[in-house]
Amino acid sequence: MAEKLLEMVGIQKYFPGVHALNDCRFELNFGEVHALVGENGAGKSTLMKVLTGIYRRDGGTIKYKGQEVDLHSPSEAQQIGIGIIHQELNLMPHLTVAQNIYIGREPMKGIFVDQKKANRDAKELMQSLGLEIDPCVRVRDLSVAQQQMVEIAKALSFHTELLVMDEPSAALTEKEIQELFRFIRQLKARGHGIIYISHRLDELPQITDRITVMRDGQYVSTVNTKDVTKEEIISMMVGRTIYEKPKEKSEVPEGAPVVLEVKNLNAVNVKNVSFQLRKGEILGFAGLMGAGRTETVRAMFGADPKTSGEIFLNGQKAVIRNPMDAVRHGIGYLSEDRKAFGLALGLSVKDNSVMANIEEFSGPLFMKDRLIEKTAKEYAEKLAIKTPSIAQRVQNLSGGNQQKVVLAKWLICNCDILIFDEPTRGIDVGAKNEIYHLMRELTKEGKSIIMISSEMPELLRMSDRLVVMFEGRVTGEMDISEATQEKIMTMATLANE
Amino acid sequence: MTAKKLNIQKLLAPAVLVLLYAFFCVFGENFFSVDYLMNILNASYYIGFLAIGVTFVIITGGIDLSLGTTMMCAALLGGAAYNIWHWNIWVSLALVVLVGTLIGLLNGVLVAYFNLPPFIATLGTQMMGMGFGAVVTKVMTMRYPTIGTPDGAFKYVFYKTSNTFFLKGFPIGAVWLALAFFVAYLLLNKTKFGRYTYAMGSNYEAARLSGINTRKWKTLVYTLCGLFCGLAGVFYAAVYTSIIPASGSGYELLAIAGVVIGGTSMTGGSGTLTGTIIGVFVMSVLKQGLMSMGLQAHWQNFFTGLVVIGAVLLDQYRIKKLAQVKKQ
Repeated sequence: MAEKLLEMVGIQKYFPGVHALNDCRFELNFGEVHALVGENGAGKSTLMKVLTGIYRRDGGTIKYKGQEVDLHSPSEAQQIGIGIIHQELNLMPHLTVAQNIYIGREPMKGIFVDQKKANRDAKELMQSLGLEIDPCVRVRDLSVAQQQMVEIAKALSFHTELLVMDEPSAALTEKEIQELFRFIRQLKARGHGIIYISHRLDELPQITDRITVMRDGQYVSTVNTKDVTKEEIISMMVGRTIYEKPKEKSEVPEGAPVVLEVKNLNAVNVKNVSFQLRKGEILGFAGLMGAGRTETVRAMFGADPKTSGEIFLNGQKAVIRNPMDAVRHGIGYLSEDRKAFGLALGLSVKDNSVMANIEEFSGPLFMKDRLIEKTAKEYAEKLAIKTPSIAQRVQNLSGGNQQKVVLAKWLICNCDILIFDEPTRGIDVGAKNEIYHLMRELTKEGKSIIMISSEMPELLRMSDRLVVMFEGRVTGEMDISEATQEKIMTMATLANE
Repeated sequence: MTAKKLNIQKLLAPAVLVLLYAFFCVFGENFFSVDYLMNILNASYYIGFLAIGVTFVIITGGIDLSLGTTMMCAALLGGAAYNIWHWNIWVSLALVVLVGTLIGLLNGVLVAYFNLPPFIATLGTQMMGMGFGAVVTKVMTMRYPTIGTPDGAFKYVFYKTSNTFFLKGFPIGAVWLALAFFVAYLLLNKTKFGRYTYAMGSNYEAARLSGINTRKWKTLVYTLCGLFCGLAGVFYAAVYTSIIPASGSGYELLAIAGVVIGGTSMTGGSGTLTGTIIGVFVMSVLKQGLMSMGLQAHWQNFFTGLVVIGAVLLDQYRIKKLAQVKKQ
């Protein structure tokens, strides 16, 4: 084909302190489905945000239908025919299909909305796409797959020729996925170009023509789908040189007792998960976004309801119905989203530090302010929390120091089992090493740690043992001595089936 | 901006109160007198109690719309106990406090255990309280005993001291308000109850995940607010004697206005009782001051509204400035 639909060359993007995209490339032909794959944080979403005008690029060129373009907003992108379907659908559930499709550009009749015309147009649109969805139905009454179709139809109603689909199959059942594929093939036949982002490597041969792999913000390679195996793609995804040396073997003493055992845990997006945690161990949870790792620990911690499953602490069955029970049993949870779930940002370092066991710092009537002061100071020093004073509000601290405040909270609470959910997300390199150091110190003191991480080097460097999850299930478990990036990625994408 | 400058800003609200008072002393007729001071205090009692109670609720990020009618419902039931069922006056007054507390408890349970939005739950109890009080009293005005009657002695305790007793006619109610303020202050700043109040308002999820029994504590916050409504009812009865059925709605907004003028954020997590008390007095001074200038009473509403908006605008401006300073 003479002309390419899209050509992105030499794309650069910097965020404060991070070189997010370095010399990235991507091209798309008319009538092509081109997959974009990579680990979490490889830069796929950033690249797509640059394409659709959500982020400004700091370098490189974007050519659309042979013409250089400079987009400033998603609506500009939409006008020239670039649409994006996000993983979370952006529909208003209480409005009808037609109302959703024409939101913001309703056909008018005088001062009133011409709903009849909207319905008619929507119906025509649906028919032209071969979809059987009544435009008068409320979106909330549709299945997830149908809602997705509506979103795609909405994008196409803007005369879209290039469609970006971010994990479109993640929320769908097997049958719905086939339906989606049929639809994608139809779009392809009309000459639309589709960028398909997915973690499910198994799907790619069914639907894509080419695959571009990204890693750590860099372009790795573009290959024809039919020329490669899954294993080759995986090795491209993870084929980085690891600077920090991975742990070679487990540092847990022989015969260390099991402190926590979870049996057949079930909850939303958690299917029959079982695992054991031993004293002094760091158990790493690997998996891609949406693998159900956070859901697993939240259900275990009592933060979310569980449908079934048993938890044993030191061999004894424990009932954990809510976070109160968990804390009483000495389990602490450091959330992946510190600001939403970990800290009261407007309160001081001191108040946040003692939040999990104020009972102990409360006399018969009043708070023991001096004891609180002393304890908070002691832990601020022990964890090297950089703050002008412990009366400082935590919102004024850096990410690393905020994380340490959350850690201080659970240590002051005397927790023996600590769950670190993405412990170093949004934290700079120096503070990262401090957190790693602290985690190691803690396990030496006999505390046990569950660590969820999306960073492969972090998992390999810190864990004694690894559990890999995929779509709510445990798909593998291994000792650190047997772990390799390829092995983990294979289990995390279930490419071995 | 330095810490010193911040402290000056903390003094802004008290300064406004003093300036306002001084202003009316100069421009109002006879404003600088014991009579007006007494009027200011009288107008501050019940709103003061309501405002102290609801400060806790607002710091948790909630709201209580039932304050006014809860106070009146409680006072009406106490009045019914005294007038219709011929209870002892002191027991009747205890009933006033109890009724307030129970309505507060109901609010708390609805919000914390049934997950109703506070606006809805307390809107419901507001109307229920108004109706219930009127039904129990058969829509008759309830009169509390007046000074001079034997039972009227309760006014010497809660309103002003007897003319024949030490410090003739001393506004003892002010002492009670000060005491209530002091106890509430300790509760909010020195106890775990207070700590949880701030924590829940600042980040409810973080508080819950810290193993705090958030439902229980939230219920207690609303119950405390109800208790203060009951107390407000006692003082309302002591000052105004007659309780009219189906009245009281609108007072909650005055109390909330006082809290807002005092700098407590409606989104929760921050606020002080000192601010609240100042806010309440700003409104009372405004009311009496405008009257002393011969302006119609309804101007009070107008200016209170102006002050509420002004206070919040000022606060937003301050926060923005602070953020700019931090960035530099």
